[in-house]
Amino acid sequence: MTLNDILAKNRESIINRWFDLIVDSYPQNTADFIKSEKNRFANPVGWTIKKGIEDIFEGIIQNKSDAQFFPILDDIIKIRAVQEFTPSEAISFIFLLKQAMCEKIAIENTELFAIESKIDTLASISLDIFMECREKIKQLKTNEGKK
Amino acid sequence: MAKEPKPQEIISQINYKPPQKAWMDIPVEIKEGMFCYGAKEKSLQTLDFPNARAWSVLDEDWKLPEKWDKIVLEGMAERLKKYRSFKIFMDICVRCGACADKCHFFLGSGDPKNMPVLRAELLRSIYRKNFTAAGKILGKLGGGRKLTIDVLKEWWYYFYQCSECRRCSVFCPYGIDTAEITMIARELLNLLGLNIEWIAGPAANCYMKGNHLGLEPHTIKNSIDFLVDEIEEKTGVRVSPTFNRKGAEILFVTPSGDLFADPGTYTCMGYLMLFHELGLDYTWSTYASEGGNFGFFTSMELAKRLNTKLYSEAKRLGVKWILGGECGHMWRVINQYMDTFNGPADFLEVPTSPITGTEFTNAKSTKMTHISEFTADLIKHKKLNLDPKRNDHLKVTFHDSCNVARGMGMFEEPRYVIKSVCNNFYEMPENTIREKTFCCGSGSGLNASENMELRLRGGLPRANAVKHVQEQYGVNMLACICAIDRAALPPLMNYWVPGVDVTGVTELVANALVMKGEKERTTNLRGEDLSWIEDEESKSTDETQIRV
Repeated sequence: MTLNDILAKNRESIINRWFDLIVDSYPQNTADFIKSEKNRFANPVGWTIKKGIEDIFEGIIQNKSDAQFFPILDDIIKIRAVQEFTPSEAISFIFLLKQAMCEKIAIENTELFAIESKIDTLASISLDIFMECREKIKQLKTNEGKK
Repeated sequence: MAKEPKPQEIISQINYKPPQKAWMDIPVEIKEGMFCYGAKEKSLQTLDFPNARAWSVLDEDWKLPEKWDKIVLEGMAERLKKYRSFKIFMDICVRCGACADKCHFFLGSGDPKNMPVLRAELLRSIYRKNFTAAGKILGKLGGGRKLTIDVLKEWWYYFYQCSECRRCSVFCPYGIDTAEITMIARELLNLLGLNIEWIAGPAANCYMKGNHLGLEPHTIKNSIDFLVDEIEEKTGVRVSPTFNRKGAEILFVTPSGDLFADPGTYTCMGYLMLFHELGLDYTWSTYASEGGNFGFFTSMELAKRLNTKLYSEAKRLGVKWILGGECGHMWRVINQYMDTFNGPADFLEVPTSPITGTEFTNAKSTKMTHISEFTADLIKHKKLNLDPKRNDHLKVTFHDSCNVARGMGMFEEPRYVIKSVCNNFYEMPENTIREKTFCCGSGSGLNASENMELRLRGGLPRANAVKHVQEQYGVNMLACICAIDRAALPPLMNYWVPGVDVTGVTELVANALVMKGEKERTTNLRGEDLSWIEDEESKSTDETQIRV
């Protein structure tokens, strides 16, 4: 069984664990809400994160190109860029996938290297997006000032 | 040599869980991007508000008056006596949490103190400690706490993170109007000179000059003259508005933002075109030239003062009734508070459309009618020659402005108008519109630039619903009937949903309006090319010929 097969088989448990790890970085009351409310419009943060990490996970299994991850990461990071996270905190959600995987499946070291490289790449892209978002917020402030 | 740890070993040492503390034990941390600058000395002096001084929010010392806590508690006692609603709202909340996840600021920020119940608790805890037996005796155990400088700063920080949109109130089983709790909290803060400049400045300008920007009469006239030229260029029709004309039948009042800031200017051009086409006997006032009322975000007393100006001007000019433009909180003030402030406006007549004869009995006491009601009535009676095809390049959705929706109960009229002038209209999901509409995130005087992060957070739930209809139907235009929306939604869309623009409803009407004597419209009011209409028409003619 290849690593991708193992990941696909454990998709749900890994994603759910990954989701919980991300959401637990919010205060307890908030985390409880984000985890429990399933309606997309009543819980935009939770829904965007859940949908986003599902797509990222799928993308990793299907070995999608880096560019294909961009819009998915963009949706999540746009939110984190307005939520008082430092750059490292904002992108930390990507690394939590490693923890979720380690907890849920047993992987050989050689296989782990490949998947970790992918995760690290996604984190780098995330950082770029985060900086673009912050730049855009500054631009919006300047534009407002001109009015 | 130390053993090199494996990645998972490092990760397992990182604790992502935030510390668990009771909310009272988490001190307020004032963060950049989340607050508006403090009110300036000059603005407070103009309004004759207390403790006018130069101060900075980020300074430790807020230069409060001596015995500031006594002033606040006395102010609270006075309001508990004066407003029975306030007393009830302080007493009856059972903290069921129905409101907790309904606030756009909570949904966007995840900060528990943005939960309406907890935001109200910031004030309620002081009420309990000082005005209830249980709180006095049990203190923290009874849900009470002492009024300290940190508590005061926390009030200031969070009550200026509430846009008074009232979405939470829709879900409260007891009907607690959380917006009114914020209003009272802001009144108390204003006893110490703790307003924000984005509110105090416009309120002072409005008090002195009649509009938020402090535009002088000649500037207002110049701005409108400029729009008149623009209309002539686009339509070939020269409209001729009048100013401060005594004896006109109708006084028209709209937010001053529409006179100079895009996209509000296009809506303003729409008013001018519509009224010209109808031959309406109306006038603008250069003195009561503001539909908005930032006094409403400060104190009931100041709201009343500014509202009085509007009605005094109507009286001075001798008009029969007032027609109001697309504004948000202007309508909550008129619908919910004006009658108590200054009503009934007996010197005016019940608004009656001179075109259709419809009497707007819903405005029997205030004598002020909404432009969307007025326009919907015209369309219903087929009094307008409309060509919706001109808006065919648009896929429109409608954002219910909080104040008009929840503060006035108007849902159908703007939709009826939009559907009459646009062929492509798509609703956002049910739990994001009408009485459950999500705020733009910038209402109640929070549409400054320095608090952009706050605005973007607060606007996330609204933008999230727009994104959905963009993905689903290709929506590219967000219509609204509020000037703050027209100012606040463009940056919100720019950030969250690029590709969606913002328009007033009357702009859509004006673009579809076929005016008597107009030239062929080659562009819409924004100057965007309309030649595609001809192409499509000739295409459909060709198709018909082929079929024949």
